[in-house]
Amino acid sequence: MDYETVIGLEVHAQLATRSKIFCGCSTQFGEEPNAQGCPVCLGMPGVLPVLNRMAVEFAIRMALATGCEIASRCRFARKNYFYPDLPKGYQISQYEEPLATGGHIVIEMDGKKKRIGITRIHLEEDAGKLVHSEDSGLTDESLFDVNRCGVPLIEIVSEPDMRSVEEARLYCLKLRQIMRYLGINSGDMEKGAMRFEANVSLRPRGSTRYGTRVEVKNLNSFRAVLRSLEYEVQRQTKILQGGGSIQQETMGWDDVREVTFPQRGKEYAHDYRYFPEPDLVPVDIDRKWIEKVKSELPELPTARKRRFISQYGIPAYDAEVLTTEREIADYYEEALQVGADPKAVSNWVMGDVLRELKARGVSPAEFNISPKHLAELVNLVSDGTISGKIAKTVFEEMVKTGGHPREIVEVKGLIQITDTGAIEQVVEEVLSENPEEVERYRGGKTKLLGFFVGEVMKKTKGKANPRLVNEILRNKLG
Amino acid sequence: MIDLMRLTAHELKEGIVRGETSSYEVVNSLFDRIEKIDRDINAYISLLKEEALRKAEEVDRRIDRGEKVGKLAGIPLAVKDNICVRGTKTTCGSKILENFVSPYDATVIERLKSADAVIIGKTNMDEFAMGSSTETSYFGVTRNPYDLSRVPGGSSGGSAAAVASGETVLALGSDTGGSIRQPASFCGVVGLKPTYGRVSRFGLVAYASSLDQIGPLTKDVTDCALLLGVLAGHDLRDSTSGDLEVPDYLALLQEGVKGIRLGIPEEYFAEGLDPEVNSSVMHLVQQLADLGAEVENASLPHTGYAIASYYLLATAEASANLARYDGVKYGFRAEEAADLDDMYCYTRSIGFGDEVKRRIMLGTYALSAGYYEAYYRKAQKVRTLIKQDFQKAFERFDVLITPTSPTVAFKIGEKLDDPLKMYLSDVYTISVNLAGIPAVSVPCGISAEGLPIGLQILGRHFDEATVLRVAYAVEQVVGGAIDGL
Repeated sequence: MDYETVIGLEVHAQLATRSKIFCGCSTQFGEEPNAQGCPVCLGMPGVLPVLNRMAVEFAIRMALATGCEIASRCRFARKNYFYPDLPKGYQISQYEEPLATGGHIVIEMDGKKKRIGITRIHLEEDAGKLVHSEDSGLTDESLFDVNRCGVPLIEIVSEPDMRSVEEARLYCLKLRQIMRYLGINSGDMEKGAMRFEANVSLRPRGSTRYGTRVEVKNLNSFRAVLRSLEYEVQRQTKILQGGGSIQQETMGWDDVREVTFPQRGKEYAHDYRYFPEPDLVPVDIDRKWIEKVKSELPELPTARKRRFISQYGIPAYDAEVLTTEREIADYYEEALQVGADPKAVSNWVMGDVLRELKARGVSPAEFNISPKHLAELVNLVSDGTISGKIAKTVFEEMVKTGGHPREIVEVKGLIQITDTGAIEQVVEEVLSENPEEVERYRGGKTKLLGFFVGEVMKKTKGKANPRLVNEILRNKLG
Repeated sequence: MIDLMRLTAHELKEGIVRGETSSYEVVNSLFDRIEKIDRDINAYISLLKEEALRKAEEVDRRIDRGEKVGKLAGIPLAVKDNICVRGTKTTCGSKILENFVSPYDATVIERLKSADAVIIGKTNMDEFAMGSSTETSYFGVTRNPYDLSRVPGGSSGGSAAAVASGETVLALGSDTGGSIRQPASFCGVVGLKPTYGRVSRFGLVAYASSLDQIGPLTKDVTDCALLLGVLAGHDLRDSTSGDLEVPDYLALLQEGVKGIRLGIPEEYFAEGLDPEVNSSVMHLVQQLADLGAEVENASLPHTGYAIASYYLLATAEASANLARYDGVKYGFRAEEAADLDDMYCYTRSIGFGDEVKRRIMLGTYALSAGYYEAYYRKAQKVRTLIKQDFQKAFERFDVLITPTSPTVAFKIGEKLDDPLKMYLSDVYTISVNLAGIPAVSVPCGISAEGLPIGLQILGRHFDEATVLRVAYAVEQVVGGAIDGL
């Protein structure tokens, strides 16, 4: 039988606020263990949480960007469970009254658009980190680091709308892209900025009822999401095709062996005993606040891509690549403001710029070539001051030194020779130095034109205008 | 010679500021008295003698130099041991926090320190404020100064007993279901539970977050007003604290009761009420009527459901609030555990006493899947009905008057093995916490056995001023602080 995959995802995303959600401690990643703690996030006796309004605002941004309905009043709840990384013995989360419900995002596969429903978005606090003996070098001990305790999170719960692992991948990428555009999440996967839980089930193709689902937890990278989903789909397919049935259960993911495994029942048969958090008052989000956040919302990737195509007349493919990251799109548009050909700039950004950024591991803001300088380089080519080939040399120099393109061209004497007389003179030289080739050319071996061009370029150190060289050579040889 | 028994803060303050007496002298003689009598009473868990004397000296010096001093300059004050004082033990009367030293000051402690009060020690209490007799403390029973074979009430029994026995001038308690008012009543002192949100809870170790309030235990109503004025006010660190003006409580005390509309809720004078308590309270009500108060019967029809509702909501919140005592970060940890689950289990089994464990289990049950609707949510609905009862009553009345507790102080051990009987001791105080309104217990008489009887005055949200004004009138009628010791 042919089975259809059904996937839903829960994404936990850290909000890039400067301080924690319920106290004033810093959220900066990479500090010494336990450098960012206070009585509140350590869950000392007698402390009370105070809500960070910026965390709410960041969540509102995401809710708006995904077309969710934002509750005029939402409430926090306590999720009760014991674990050593959870200082209070409960996590402050949202349960019955989440911040936002009922939105969607659009993914694009093979040029076809598909909506993935968002069930809800709610706010909660992150737990601390445990370092176990195998990592710490201590035997039989676990160490606790409070730094992550109370870092704000949003949990984005999707509808079971994804029908393939690829759709799940695109969904995750899209969420990351949107959050980075919104400036609410760093997107740094290796720092745990996004974590995932997946629900996977199979059903006979054509069936409208969902199959029994399996929950896969502890997915901390895109790779883990993809590999675990692929694994689960295969595992479940095999069971079903063998006539077996799927057990509803919670699985963990072993990153090393790349297999899912059932979590021990005792540990995960949780009754979280949610109830409204009495230490916090309900959060009222009025129209005015929402309108303010909306008015400050940046242009989102899909809208920006559409605008790039219509405003700059660049191909859809270019627009897609350029808008993948907000910083790249910003870089591109800044370059255009200087007044350069959109397609030519696009070629440079998509090619050389992206390559260099990746090779150097820097952001556009840290890159040695400012958008303005890039535009000037492009203009030096289009106004004929330098050739495309020379431009590559100038680009390399700019990457290295951060220099101004025109200065580099001048200092290195790279300005293109467009003086017909000067070029004619070099052409004469080349022809007289290579009489045999001239004979053969005139005898019909017209492919030798390239050889003559090359010789002229050699003598002019590549500075001769290639179009003029070609023209003059043809005249002289013809 | 200072009469520590009778010494009130407002009198002492005058004496200190005028230079007639020194804070050092008072604090010093207080510690002498504590050394002499606290073996019998056991009001204190820990004493802060060195710090207190240092602070007293500092205040005296500043007064000598003519510098400005705070509203409670040099006044000795005892703090219930569930309120955090930086650098000192905060045990909550529990083994699990036996050696816990708080790294920060509660907001009320900050306010008291800047008012130049002298914190002399931490008082005994029922473990985690769960109890009505101060018998469940890990640090032993506190005894009632009026009769050492009797309980002082609870959970703020240490604070009430310390005030009553002249082991402090002022004290702080906390009240979740009557824990300030009932011991005040049993010990013949004044105890106020402010409106929920009037006093910051930051630094009060939570028992039931939606019900807990810190409040004063004092020898008279004037001291109560004085201390409340220092404690009250908005606090950004407590999201549930009210952002409202704090009136000058002292200035409003002597307005009298003429024209005050006074309600007597019939449900509070029903079965189970000691006839002596009943007649003492009603006698006082008659005297208030004679002074021009308009007295009428009132009704709070959902009163009968208060205890049931309270013991679901308070325990549900407690089950989460006490989850942090898991042996991981601070406090007691059972060492003999083989794995994490065992560590949790042993730590909490050994670290908590029976009453605390009973309430944690009850609360856990009330929140469990399948029971939440029937217990927790239903209890919330009852709470709403109780609030509405009061709203309606306060359309007609300025204050309501009831007994504080159905009985006078009972014998040590009398109710310890019968939780339901113990819970009934709070039958008149619990609704006030569910409704979030302010209420004060003020002494109104002495029983034939020589035990204090307390009368409770309930007011509108944030209207402590009227409650205190009526309490002051009661005090005038009774004739000042009662003295049965």
